[in-house]
Amino acid sequence: MAASLSTEGLQQEFDRLVADDQRIEPRDWMPDDYRKTLVRQIAQHAHSEIIGMQPEGNWITRAPSLRRKAILMAKVQDEAGHGLYLYCAAETLGVDRGELIDLLHSGRQKYSSIFNYPTLTWADVGAIGWLVDGAAITNQIPLCRCSYGPYARAMVRVCKEESFHQRQGYELLYALTHGTDAQRAMAQDAVNRWWWPSLMMFGPPDTESTHTAQSMAWRIKRFSNDELRQRFVDMTVPQAEVLGVTLPDPVLRWNEDRRHYDFGECDWDELRRVVSGEGPCNRQRMEHHIAAHDEGAWVREAAAAYAAKHAAVDAAA
Amino acid sequence: MSVAAHDGIAVFTLRLADDCLVLSHRLAQWSSRAPTLEEDVALTNIALDLLGQGRSLYALAAGLDGSGRSEDEYAYGRDERQFLNCQLVEQENGDFAQTVARQLLYSTFQQHLWSALEASRDETLAAIAAKALTEVRYHVDHATRWTLRLGDGTVESHERMQAALERLWPYTAELFEDDDVVANGGVEPRLLRAAWEADIDAVLTEATLQRPEPAWAPSGGRRGIHTESFGYMLAEMQHLHRCHPGATW
Repeated sequence: MAASLSTEGLQQEFDRLVADDQRIEPRDWMPDDYRKTLVRQIAQHAHSEIIGMQPEGNWITRAPSLRRKAILMAKVQDEAGHGLYLYCAAETLGVDRGELIDLLHSGRQKYSSIFNYPTLTWADVGAIGWLVDGAAITNQIPLCRCSYGPYARAMVRVCKEESFHQRQGYELLYALTHGTDAQRAMAQDAVNRWWWPSLMMFGPPDTESTHTAQSMAWRIKRFSNDELRQRFVDMTVPQAEVLGVTLPDPVLRWNEDRRHYDFGECDWDELRRVVSGEGPCNRQRMEHHIAAHDEGAWVREAAAAYAAKHAAVDAAA
Repeated sequence: MSVAAHDGIAVFTLRLADDCLVLSHRLAQWSSRAPTLEEDVALTNIALDLLGQGRSLYALAAGLDGSGRSEDEYAYGRDERQFLNCQLVEQENGDFAQTVARQLLYSTFQQHLWSALEASRDETLAAIAAKALTEVRYHVDHATRWTLRLGDGTVESHERMQAALERLWPYTAELFEDDDVVANGGVEPRLLRAAWEADIDAVLTEATLQRPEPAWAPSGGRRGIHTESFGYMLAEMQHLHRCHPGATW
């Protein structure tokens, strides 16, 4: 019956579903801009998982114990898995993975800027788990209730695994802060370098965020950038105390009136620079991904040729 | 020099543990570099299985050799000359065909070895073998499927796969060498050769590939003689651990 409805009727039905907190599914009618917004957001999220394999993968071959090595390998593998389900979620909107990878390579789609910072020591692996995955979870938990069904369902699984990663990162840092002087110094240095970039993961301040209002109306997004940033700070400060590290913000303190921590202003110029390609590792991250993709082309061609040959043989049989 | 049965099984176990650790490390080097995302996941899976097998074997070796060493002392505290893995597993990844060829040749060997070890008189080793066997069947299946796709895919993939086999084949001779250690401790690999060859031949034939002619037969891994690239692999793997003596992680 849907085919006979006017666009106006379809729009009303869509609005009703969203307002009732029901899920939009791939076959449902949806406004073009809703579809575009979701493709942009899910693709960016998928690309972030894939590019995010590089900074941590950087330490797999140097992990200092076999137990840590196994944990790190499994974590980086989970990120590849998250990338896979997110690309699949994006494909339900009528795009394909190859197209999205091309858009990433040509710079028309982005990935989270956090992965443009280098992992300089082993402690960075812990700081990424604790702070970067912690910020990611804060962002992603509300997405489990996103109005688009496939994205919401992918997020449920991603969040479970991310919270496991966050605990592993915290535990890694805890071992360092309860270890030798050199290990403690390594942990503090990593936290100093990753704290501010982690806060910037929530995006620009609400006053400058271009996508927030429409995404909230569509119930893709549930909380503003600044609300989520505050939630992350409130959650993380007590954890830092237990860990025995300081956070590099001289104005960070509990505000009894607001019942929240006050904290300093991020360096938004730095965020703009990193987003626009001027971060420490933007070039390497993209070169690495393009090189792996190009070097794998002959393998993908062989797999396609083999499948075609055998489909023809099977059909003839 | 004769090796007592007890020492034999300890050394035999350590050889297998080192094979697992070294091949796991090589596979892990593919992380974020594989031809597809699915393959990135699969190669890491195999690497994780092998690392798990290696860790169980180090724990067993520590009891058998009476040293009580931790798994990390074996992995991070020994030099190149003390590692007893075969030279095949330390070979660099090369292109994807070379990685697939290495996996097919080694996993097929390992499958036969674990099958034989299920009947080991050491109960722990037999239990490790039984668990590992379920994993290694998957590794063989994975390597077989890729050998077929590459061998019978495009002209380029066929040439690359054949070249990879030619390059790695000589290193398979070492897998089947017998010495006092295996005579007194474990399964005699010589006895696995015919079954291994039959399996490999069947895959290569279906993949339209030629079994390479035996040419030279490098050897020495089981006695701590390795190829040059192995030292660089260990240097990278052990660097951080060795910079902080006595630290726990």
